[in-house]
Amino acid sequence: MAPAVCRTLLGLALYAGSLCAAGSAAFLYHDYCVIGAGPSGLQMAYFLQQASRDYVVFERSHAPGSFFALYPRHRKLISINKQYTGKSNSEFNLRHDWNSLLSHDRRLLFRHYSRDFFPNADVMVRYLEDFASLLKLQVQYNTAIVHVTLEKDEQAWNGHYFLLTDQDRQNYKCSSLLIATGTWVPNVVNFPGSEYVEGYETVSINPEDFAGQTVLILGRGNSAFETAENILGVTNFIHMVSRSRVRLSWATHYVGDLRAINNGLLDTYQLKSLDGLLEGDLEDLAIVKDKKGKLHITLRFYLENRNTSAGSDSITLPQDELDNFATRAPYDRVIRCLGWKFDFSIYNRSLRMMPGKGNKKKYPQIKPSYESRSTRGLFVLGTASHSVDFRKSAGGFIHGFRYTTRAVHRLLENRHHGVPWPSIVYPITQLTNSIIKRVNEASGLYQMFSVLADIILLRENATTFEYLEEYPVGVLAELETQTGRKAPNGLFVIIMEYGRNFSGADKDVFYYNRAVGEAQHAWQSNFLHPVIYYYKHLPTEREMRLRPPDWPLPRPDAVHHIVEDFLTDWTAPNAHILPLRRFLENCLGTDLRNFFAESCFLFAFTRQKLPPFCGQGYLRMQGLVGSEGLRRHAVEASLLEDYTPNDFSGDKAPDSPEGSQDQLLRDHVIPVRPLQHLVNAKDEL
Amino acid sequence: MQSKQLLHGFNSSFDRWVSSFSFLLFCASSIPAWGSGMLLQELGPQEYFRSLQAGRASLAYFSRKASPGAQPFLEQIENSAEALQDYGISVVKVNGDKDCESSTCGQEAGILPCFSHRVKYVETLADLQNIEDTLKGRSNMVFAYVPATGTAEHRAVMEAAFVYGTVHQFVLTTEATLLKDTGHEDPDVSSARLLFCHCQQATDLAQPCRRTAMGQALTLLNIHRHLKLMGAPLVTEVAEDPEKVSTVHLQLGLPLVFILSQKDTYEADRRTAEFVAWQLLGKAGVALLSRYLLLGVLGFPLLFVVFLRVLASQNVPKFPPVLCAPVFMHGCGSLADIQDDQVAEAVSRDKKRELPLEQILVLTEETFHSALLEAARTVVLFYASWEAVSLAVLQSYTEVADHLKGTQGVLLSRVNCWDWPGVCTEENVTQFPTIKIYQKGEGSVMYDGMWGTEELTSFIMLSRVSCPLKLTTIEEAEGYLRGEFPSELSSYHHTSVLGVFSTATSEGYFGQVLFPSLFFRSRKYAVSPPALLFARSGGRNVEGIALSKESTQDMVQMIRYELLDIFPEITVQNLPRYLQLRKPFLIFFSDGDIGQMESKEMLKLAKGRPRQAFVACWLNLKKTPVGHGVLKVYFATVPSLPLLLWVNLHDGGQVFKFPSEQTVTETNVLSWLERLKAGLEIPSTLSEEDWKPPLPAYDFLQMMETAVPELPLHNSHHHGDPPVPESPGGDTTVREEPSQQTKAEKVGSPGRDLRGTAPRLAAREKQGKRHSEL
Repeated sequence: MAPAVCRTLLGLALYAGSLCAAGSAAFLYHDYCVIGAGPSGLQMAYFLQQASRDYVVFERSHAPGSFFALYPRHRKLISINKQYTGKSNSEFNLRHDWNSLLSHDRRLLFRHYSRDFFPNADVMVRYLEDFASLLKLQVQYNTAIVHVTLEKDEQAWNGHYFLLTDQDRQNYKCSSLLIATGTWVPNVVNFPGSEYVEGYETVSINPEDFAGQTVLILGRGNSAFETAENILGVTNFIHMVSRSRVRLSWATHYVGDLRAINNGLLDTYQLKSLDGLLEGDLEDLAIVKDKKGKLHITLRFYLENRNTSAGSDSITLPQDELDNFATRAPYDRVIRCLGWKFDFSIYNRSLRMMPGKGNKKKYPQIKPSYESRSTRGLFVLGTASHSVDFRKSAGGFIHGFRYTTRAVHRLLENRHHGVPWPSIVYPITQLTNSIIKRVNEASGLYQMFSVLADIILLRENATTFEYLEEYPVGVLAELETQTGRKAPNGLFVIIMEYGRNFSGADKDVFYYNRAVGEAQHAWQSNFLHPVIYYYKHLPTEREMRLRPPDWPLPRPDAVHHIVEDFLTDWTAPNAHILPLRRFLENCLGTDLRNFFAESCFLFAFTRQKLPPFCGQGYLRMQGLVGSEGLRRHAVEASLLEDYTPNDFSGDKAPDSPEGSQDQLLRDHVIPVRPLQHLVNAKDEL
Repeated sequence: MQSKQLLHGFNSSFDRWVSSFSFLLFCASSIPAWGSGMLLQELGPQEYFRSLQAGRASLAYFSRKASPGAQPFLEQIENSAEALQDYGISVVKVNGDKDCESSTCGQEAGILPCFSHRVKYVETLADLQNIEDTLKGRSNMVFAYVPATGTAEHRAVMEAAFVYGTVHQFVLTTEATLLKDTGHEDPDVSSARLLFCHCQQATDLAQPCRRTAMGQALTLLNIHRHLKLMGAPLVTEVAEDPEKVSTVHLQLGLPLVFILSQKDTYEADRRTAEFVAWQLLGKAGVALLSRYLLLGVLGFPLLFVVFLRVLASQNVPKFPPVLCAPVFMHGCGSLADIQDDQVAEAVSRDKKRELPLEQILVLTEETFHSALLEAARTVVLFYASWEAVSLAVLQSYTEVADHLKGTQGVLLSRVNCWDWPGVCTEENVTQFPTIKIYQKGEGSVMYDGMWGTEELTSFIMLSRVSCPLKLTTIEEAEGYLRGEFPSELSSYHHTSVLGVFSTATSEGYFGQVLFPSLFFRSRKYAVSPPALLFARSGGRNVEGIALSKESTQDMVQMIRYELLDIFPEITVQNLPRYLQLRKPFLIFFSDGDIGQMESKEMLKLAKGRPRQAFVACWLNLKKTPVGHGVLKVYFATVPSLPLLLWVNLHDGGQVFKFPSEQTVTETNVLSWLERLKAGLEIPSTLSEEDWKPPLPAYDFLQMMETAVPELPLHNSHHHGDPPVPESPGGDTTVREEPSQQTKAEKVGSPGRDLRGTAPRLAAREKQGKRHSEL
């Protein structure tokens, strides 16, 4: 009972962080608790602050972004910081700024912090400090949350409160828990001799320490290659072992795979410069140190079978049997660069924070709405939320999760505060425009391709529509409850996709004719391009579950691809806009063409119904008169009839072929179906 | 000329089709009955052909060297020679050694039934021409060239001759020179050729028969197919639904081209169709469609309408119709490719022209707020540089800028929302285009009038005058009603609205009214304050309306209504204002100014008793030429003018024509209106057709399903079925399809390479490699 009372009291208190005593344990209450003041924690703090919510961010370090204070060890971020794009559109430019967080403050763009294309990690730390302080975010530093548990309470938003305990045994109570701790626990593999292995966390970054040494690196991610890159020039040679084959990010279109900036070792390997890559399971490995301190690679199998009484000399090495064994040369150092995983240790069992399956085991299991699978009200943000789009999109990286964090915030606003998902209502005449505008500039759609989608909800009779930005497409079926918007008349879902089967670890992404140029073959586009799905009814959860593999969405009633574009500029009137309009027209069963006022005048006098453009423009006294020159062009294109008396008099020589052709054209500009009675009446006269 | 150009484009897009088909073949290989001869003769090929006698059948065995495996078989042949002789069939062994240059012929050696009476062998051009001449007007000729006898091609020709020999004359040669003489420039003499010579229809003996080469390899199936196509009528005439037509072409998996014909142009269309058919012979069929509603669908003209239909089957994806019309730069395209948006098309045709934008200040995120402080009034056009309507308005805007050049206190500017989305969002601009007028130190007004130069100019000019305008003297007030005060407005046609108030009631009224108005104390116009005075056409016509306790909105409504003319001339610009009254129109169509008599009578009607019931108005066809279009819809041709119509654009959309033998007088019209009301005249009804999608869209969903049928696209209704994983083959299926299509396409229009995401700047020499690379 006490917590409820406490909460009521807090409702009266105007400031956050009131102290409340309940029984013996004192705790501080907040509606929202965010754990971690890294990029995603601060990003969420920003949105909560903007919405004037009661929140606090707990950060164990004395400053934000403590991960970046240490990592990457060699300090070069591999997220691009593009200074110039040739465009001034700030939204578009965010597509090529992978470091900035979202805010209204233009000073907080990363390009004001660094001019490097791949900036130094220290700059990121400074940026995050500024972000927290300039925006006056509520961050409680030096607070390490060491335990999280649940307290059942029917009054609570989610049927329970989250109880957090910090290193000083201070307790906190929150209605909603937002986990932005990232993945910071280094992955470690245990095998005989693993005590000789140095970790990426502590290994020297001074190349001179490696001069004349032979190095074995365990792992094949960016940290492994980054480490290799640093010492490439001074070592005897470097070998790299990992279970999986190297995945190149330019082949997979996944920014987390090996980036070209780190792949110097591939060059030296393939150009026969002694360095090399090997595939093997680290679990089978064993390392033996000889008397000189050199490290020998052997197999766990040999160690298990050896005579325990014998000394180290008696250990069988693979080369004893296979004299051309690849790693028979002894190493001076072995470095482990195996990445990180989520810290599961602080959560009480009742929260059931489960690791994902397979290659997602480093992340906690969450739904596509970023909410925990088992604990309502617990959301995972940032890198730790990457299981949603692991190895697909950018949800594990700043340029991706800044948008998914915003999406989570919007879900929370709707769920807890009755603030529906922001939307704009447009007249149907703006349908094509609103899509073209978004696919050309929206950064969230572009970075979080196939994960976040713009949604167009059609209003009755399709005369107006509602536009929702960047909704997590995985929970499309729950749209109405998650956004507070209604979708009774069908919807369009706008997402960006790469061509299916185009990207992949061993795909040749440079084959001839990889590009599609014709709008009519747009569905075969390979490069990132906009795709619009049309549903007459909101897909159900079952339909979402049974969707084809690799499809972000279930089978639509119609689908449109805007053909891939070399400049990612989808504004060409004939190749991009026209096919899109046709698609929309055919979905809605209407005519979405623009007309000059003169055409609307004609329709107004001769038809009982008007096309939307005339009805919503001309009839409301906002007709498009158009300049003389433009109307002439339209006449030349036979899309507008020229009724000026000179041409019309009919005494033009009928034998002139040009004249008769014009006449023929003109006859059909508007299908002439004379009013039967009037024609007859005329005949009688 | 027109059709040739179109054909060029057409052929290219057409080739794409052909190349992407997997042909639906049906095998009609007849098992030939064996021919006969006397005893086994051994001859060289030349001798063999020379020895062929008309009317004699022979069984020929072509061989380079008797291979050991063939030996027992050969013995059997020799044994049978005697028996066959009884049937008048000779058995001949032809030694192919010296003729066998191609490596294939050794392997292809086998039995060839030869029916000498069905195949004529020629060695010289003269021989060929002789045969051709004798056939002219009688029957067609199939001329085949094989590089060597005894090859598979040779066999195919001979077998085809067996089937078709009675229908067409078959002529065979091995002479490469003959091939050159028959019009093959630089022929590849190592491969066999077959030409179909249309001699039956040849009327001119001096001219050689028309020829149609067979494009495919010489196999029996291909020859059979080719001959079948040659035998089909050149142009099929169709009057039914094109979807239901079935011709040889469709049965063979070839496209059928429909050419739309109209009644008055039938002869020319027929000629065009035949011309096209000759060009496409062997590749596609041509049908002349005498009537089809396509034009109605399009809503605009196509000089030359062609669309393709392919028999939909499991193997052949159903393509959208291809259409050839002048609207296509390359001659042909898909229906969906036609730009039928008049604004978008007009703007794109104008894109090369540089607009005179010097007068218009470009605002950015940085300069926007400071610019608003510079002039007393800043007009801002918010637009998107990619949007057609925006660009059309931008053109008018430059004209406005031209009109207002040198006007003090007004700054014209623009913000491209594609460059500066932040400004546009901040200014609450959600639609393009939007025009707002910012007054220094005050708020902004959104322009909601017509997007025309005149309307915009006068709006901007009127907005310069503070509103409401406070008039303090009677001179100012009268000058204001005459439209002379304030002086900056004198050159702009406008209606002055004057609010007359006593001091006691002067508060609280005019905050929202947008028309120039004033506080004024006078009883001159026979209204007691509070009241509104309306002055039209320079103060000659002043009306007063007394005010009671109207709300602001009511008053705006009242002013709007009063601003309407009693007997207006309807123009494109003002029609919507009168439509809002939702009353029928009694409209007088006049070619030029309205006559004085009619004007007087109409005015009487307008002012008369039934004024509330309809809008009396007139239309000057010289000033509003689109009125001709209206009349054309009503009467098919323009009737004699002037003309009085009753047009009810609202409920029911009825049109009545005032009898032209009657003169337009108030009495006549009123009695006619009585007749209408009584239902004594039969109305004509305007089309109540909905505005449907003008043209089809690409059906990507269907294309995906057809191309990758194994893709589990269907919402499988099998409950609980695990999703079927994509088969590895799916990959190649997807990939191959586009490459073949794009290949043919790119041959047609080289510029198209420079599209998509990876342009190929030097594409041509690489084309040959494409398939293998995928």
